[in-house]
Amino acid sequence: MKKVIANKEIDVNEEGYLLDFKQWDREICECIAGECDIVLTERHWEVIEYIHDKHHKEEPLSIRGIKKSGVIDVKEFYSLFPGGPLKKATLIAGIPKPKSCI
Amino acid sequence: MSTKVKKMLFILSKGTIENAYAAFVMANGARMEGIDSEIFFTFFGLEAIQKKKLDHLRVATVGNPAMHMPTMLGGLPGMEALATKMMKKEMEKLDMPPIGEFLEILSDSGCKLWGCKLAVDMFHLKREDLIDDLDGILTIGDFYSRADQEGCQLLFI
Repeated sequence: MKKVIANKEIDVNEEGYLLDFKQWDREICECIAGECDIVLTERHWEVIEYIHDKHHKEEPLSIRGIKKSGVIDVKEFYSLFPGGPLKKATLIAGIPKPKSCI
Repeated sequence: MSTKVKKMLFILSKGTIENAYAAFVMANGARMEGIDSEIFFTFFGLEAIQKKKLDHLRVATVGNPAMHMPTMLGGLPGMEALATKMMKKEMEKLDMPPIGEFLEILSDSGCKLWGCKLAVDMFHLKREDLIDDLDGILTIGDFYSRADQEGCQLLFI
């Protein structure tokens, strides 16, 4: 389905996840974050960068991976993206929702 | 009344590795979905939060039909250790954290970890025998009071 984000028509799935990462940009990112009541700070961008890096390398994301990332610890991750951190962070970063149970 | 699950409370009563992981995966999964979660460790479940024991939890090879192994064989010395080693190897492949690391993740995720007062007394355990991340030692009454809200579910493992 199509959704207008930051005045651009974007392809998303039913949960709002971007279907094509090429359509993602910082403006869209800030709009999606706003919908989640998150104001992006420098720390958020560092996490988003880490998530993009993992996505490009096709390495699955997990909470354990976050713990070992050296970018952020689990506590801060939860405080930056409240209410389901990996779900929210991937939504904002424009990549698919992680499928893992851990 | 909303049907949305807002809080999951787990009671872990068993000390086998598969039961501990069942509680941990579900409690962590809840936090990852934005659902509150807490674990109450009672009886043999306390093994999972004892500093000296938590790295040595094992899978039960006797009385477990799903092991597809004759009971007599499962009781042989070393059988439990072998089955546990194999299971841990498979878990590592799935990037499942070991028990100690999993407890750290849970605590950092905001999952509350409680020891059961009755069981702690029964096993003559001291606070220092239990992990530092433990949020406290509660009576079952205290634990029930934490369930006193809409959208809360209790699960006994």
